Order: sequence, then structure tokens, then C-alpha cells
Amino acid sequence: MKPIIEIKNISKKYKINHEKGGYVTLREELTKIFRNPFVFLRKKIKQATGIEKREEFWALKNINFEVTKGEVVGIIGKNGSGKSTLLKIISQITPPTTGEIKINGTVGSLLEVGTGFHPELTGRENIFLNGAIIGMKKRDIVEKFDEIVKFAGIEKFLDTPVKYYSSGMYVRLAFSVASQMQTDILIIDEVLAVGDIDFQRKCLGKMEDIAKNQGRTILFVSHNLSAVKKLCKRSFLLEKGKIITSGETEKVLDAYLSGRSFDINGFSDLLKNDLRKDSKEDSVFKFDKIEIKNSEDKISGHVKLYEPFNIIINGHNDKLCKDFSLAFDIKSSVGVTMFNSISDSCDLITTNIPGTKKFAIKFSENYLPPGTYTIGISANGKEVLDWIPNAISFSVDPISKDSKVLSDKFDGVITHPHKWVSLN
Amino acid sequence: MSSQHVTIIKPKKIFSFADLKEIWEYRELLYFFAWRDFKVRYKQTAIGALWAIFQPFITMVVFSLFFGGLLKVPSDGVPYPIFVYTGLLFWQFFSSTLSDISNILITNQAIITKVYFPRLMLPISSVVTKILDFVIASIILVGMMIYYHYTPHLFGFILIPLFLLMTFMISVGLGLFLASINVKYRDVRYVLPFFIQLLMFVTPVIYPASIAGKYSWILAFNPLMGIIQSARASLLGTTVLNWNLVGLSFLATFILILIGIYTFKKTERYFADII
Repeated sequence: MKPIIEIKNISKKYKINHEKGGYVTLREELTKIFRNPFVFLRKKIKQATGIEKREEFWALKNINFEVTKGEVVGIIGKNGSGKSTLLKIISQITPPTTGEIKINGTVGSLLEVGTGFHPELTGRENIFLNGAIIGMKKRDIVEKFDEIVKFAGIEKFLDTPVKYYSSGMYVRLAFSVASQMQTDILIIDEVLAVGDIDFQRKCLGKMEDIAKNQGRTILFVSHNLSAVKKLCKRSFLLEKGKIITSGETEKVLDAYLSGRSFDINGFSDLLKNDLRKDSKEDSVFKFDKIEIKNSEDKISGHVKLYEPFNIIINGHNDKLCKDFSLAFDIKSSVGVTMFNSISDSCDLITTNIPGTKKFAIKFSENYLPPGTYTIGISANGKEVLDWIPNAISFSVDPISKDSKVLSDKFDGVITHPHKWVSLN
Repeated sequence: MSSQHVTIIKPKKIFSFADLKEIWEYRELLYFFAWRDFKVRYKQTAIGALWAIFQPFITMVVFSLFFGGLLKVPSDGVPYPIFVYTGLLFWQFFSSTLSDISNILITNQAIITKVYFPRLMLPISSVVTKILDFVIASIILVGMMIYYHYTPHLFGFILIPLFLLMTFMISVGLGLFLASINVKYRDVRYVLPFFIQLLMFVTPVIYPASIAGKYSWILAFNPLMGIIQSARASLLGTTVLNWNLVGLSFLATFILILIGIYTFKKTERYFADII
């Protein structure tokens, strides 16, 4: 199938001004000339001849990807990784420095809800104005008007200027208008970060509806990782303007959260310092490696439902550690801590003697539902001795230890063991 | 859903006729922008749209009192209020359009950095509201003529659209040019009111061009002089209508709007980056 969006080699360069941000005044430029005419002249000549260049900043570098029709693609990355710049280029707000994008269809972008709302105009008037600004035709707005008002729940205040609206009402109205965009491609940036929980859920539902039932193509940027996971099959991870990982959302999210991409093989070396957080270099205890062993005592990154498994931690201490304890947590692929545990210091008395150490965390049964998880470990004395937030990842496969496949209708945060019994 | 709709985004786009087509496609937005400006302007005012009449009317009264009455500025044999008002009509259209367009990208910054649409829609919609103001203000002129039992030359009414077009070209041309500069250098915001004020004194709005005597040709460098002089000549018969002057002014204003559009289009794509 022909892709609906083809992005070829897109890069975007910004020139940064070190003196100050924002705009320049002509006066400043002029005073600079008069104060040091020769310095100014030399600088200009250097700039013109290309000897001296203004500092450049590449917000995006060689971005290539394609999106097929009907796909919902997530774009994730830290602040400043270039996500918004990419969306701005695709929505034609700013041009790319190099490269080309071919789009086979109409594009609607929702970079901010309520763009162009005028505080003096009433809700009714703003529906029309905002609709027109985001590219809707008047007859579409008229047709969808009731639906917009109902979704926003502002029937009573339709003829009140929006400046008297509560911020919640304002945002609800804005989202309702935007959700009626009828373009082939929808570009959405962080819109779910608005409104109360109820409304966020409603928005997410609406977006799911758009994505799944209307078969439209969506590019979705969000820091709400569970929303990304829920909506997008495929995702891209941007870092410093480059796509560093792409593919199945689950894997990309995992790479994003752990800050590195793991091979899920049940084994991870922990010697590098950049894995650590808040740990001193000359700390008396250090982790060396971590392993996951399945019920057959084999190293494996895959654990079945209800299967027993062990986490084996290796470390070493050069000196005696007092009040020593270990802790771990298990995070889901959207960053939710599933549970954590802190060891009792008396259980780990072996640390009274310096040397290499080996510990195990034993799970008699795995209640975690299918998905990818990341383990963080820490060692503590009077203060933090060693802390590795993303030590290893493992995946729970949707198969139980007796080889039953879990229903794809499964939903929830744990798979509690249970039985169905008929009582009559 | 249109599947034939193909957009290609490239680093640089040269001005093309596709742009005109695009403006046509977005014509509804033009309407909404103009509608917004009109709606918003007199919100929370007690007398509302009457301001559109009051402002030029009171300016005319004050000018007539001081310049016509006390200073005895000549008015080529026409009642001074009618004389000055004809000039003010064009002058106000020019100055309000110019200052509006020069700041239009800044005032609509929030939209420009978030949504794509042909940026030219903003200045065009702004002119639409100004033309409406012009029409409303013209009604007063008719009223004044009735009040003074003054019979204008009907031929002049036919020419008004031409002079309006010329004023449109000069104000939009200059406005687009300044708007493009304003995106980077906010100095425009401070220079402009000052520039408009000065320009008013070198334009024969409150006095006839003939006041400069044999040096009046210098005034003709200002295309606005040609417009106002010719409008008075054709409507009020103050002087003989000089077609050469009209032609020259037309040419000048036409060049100005071309420069304006060229500058605007050239910098348009980068507005969102530097604004």
C-alpha cells in the first residue's frame, strides 16, 4: 500500500543567539556598529565568507519514516528531543532545512487546543472561529455543532463569552471542536494533558474511536505513556533530533524508560557508571550483574504466568557495610511501579565480611500480567550505596506455566490466581 | 475525504500560482477572521458600532474648528469641513490599515505558531474590516454635503473605488513590508506611530497642496498626495483632475504592493521560527 506520509531525510536547523533570547532590536545592532565598527565589519566579513559561523543547533537530523493509511503512530522522547519540531514541520508551520515530506491527504493538526479562541467571543462564536482556524468548513461545523456542545458539556454557557469560562470548560470546549476535524491525517501534540481525570478519559475514548473506528491516520505525541501504549501500535523514540528506536510501541517505551534498549535475554552487566543514580564512586558496595532465572533454573528474559522465577544479584564490597539492606522495584512499560520490596538488614548479614556477594529474590509465582517490565535495584547503608534504576528488563509472556494461552480480552494490573467453580 | 490531495513539504518554496489557489480554498477563514475582528472590536462598549461614525466625525469637527476656523487654512473654495473630511476619509483608511497590518503577525502570534494557513489571510481580512469602516465613514460625507447644500461632481463617485484601490495598495504594500520586518525587529512598533504622525503633516490632508506654492511638486513624491488631491479634484472640483498625477501615483502604489507581497512571501515561511 502506498504510504500516506513519506518523510525523507528531514533535518531542521536553528541558529542560536548567545547574547540573549528572543528578538533583536535594530538599536542594538546599530550601537554595535558604532561602538566597534571594525570588529563588527570583521565579524560580518567572516560570516559572509563562511570562516565564522553562527552556532547552529540541529533540532532534527535525518529523519526518515513512512506511515501507512489508518496507522496510529506514537512519537515519544524527552523534552527538547525534537518531537514538536517534527510535528510543526509536518503541519507546515515551519519549513524543514533539508529533506522532503510527501503527504497524500489533508492534514489537521492539534498542537494546542483552543488555538485562536478569542476571550471576548461567546462559546458559540468560538466554536465557529476555532473550527475555521483549524481548517474546518462552515457547513461541517454547523453539522457537528450539537455534538460539539454536548461533548464539551457547556450547553448552559453557550452564549457567555469564554473569558468567563472556568479553565476546565474552556479546554473541554476546545477539545470538542478539535475532535471533529475531518482530515485524513490528524496530528496531536500533548492534548490529553488537560482537564480532569473524567475528561481525560473521555478524550482518550474519543481518540480511540477516531483511530480504530474511523480508520484515520494519527501521529500522536504525548508524555502520557499509557495513552501512547493504548492508542499506538507503532512508535518512534526521538532523542536529540534523531530516531533512535522504532517499532512496536511496547519495545520503544521500554527503551525510552530504561534510557537504553535491552535485549531481553535475562542477563545484564552492571559495571558501567552511567547506569547509576545518586551513587558515589567510592561507595563501599557495588552491583556487578543481575540475572533472571526461570523455573528450570535457566537464565531467561521470559517468564510465564504463575511460573516461579528468581532474580539473582551479584555485587561486591571492599569494606564492611553496616545496616546493609537491598531494595528493588518492578516497573511496567508505561512507568508504573508494580511493586517494590526492601530487605530486612538482618537477613543479609553476609556483608559483614568484604568480598563478592550473591543474593537472590525468589518468587514462588508470577502474578504480573503479560508485558515488559524493568527492574530497579538499590543497596543502602546509612545512605544510598548503589542505585541502578533500570538494571534489567524482562517480559511476561501471555502463556501460563501449564501452556494455556491467556485470553486476549485480558485487562488489569495483576493476574491473580483463581478458579471458577460452579456452586449448584 | 479527498485522496487526491497531495502536499509536498520542501525546504524552500518559490511564489507560485498555487498560493493564489490556496488563498481561495481558505476563503472561509478570511470571512471568519474579518467577522472576528468586527465582533470583537465593539464588545463591552456602551455605544458599539457608533464609534465607527464618532471617531472620524469628531476629528473632522476639531480640525474644522482649529485649522479651518481659527487658523484659516485655505480649502480651495469648498466648505472646510467637507474639504478636510474628504482627505480624512482616505487618510484614516490608510493609517489604520497600515498600523493594523504592520502588527498583525505579532497580534496573531499564537495562531501562527500553532496552525498552518496562508499567512496572507490575516492582512487581507484586516483590510476587509477597514473597508467597511471606510464605507460607514463615507455616509457622514454624504450627510455633510446635504447639510451644506453642496453638490458634488457625480463623476467623482465613480472614481472613488479607484482611489480606494490605490490607498489599499499603498497601505497594504507598506504594511506587509513592515510586518515582515516586525517579526524580527520589534522597533517597527515604536517607529510606526511616529512615522504615521509625521506623514500626516507632509500629506495634504488638512491643507490643500496648493499651499506649498511652486514647491508643491515635491509633495507629489508622496503617492498619498496624489490620491487625496485627485479625490478632491474629482469629487469637489477643487482643482483640475491631473491624470498624469493619478497615473504616477497608481504606478507608485502598485510597485509598493509588489514589494510588500514579495518581502512577505519571502519571509513568510520563517515567521513561526523567529516571531
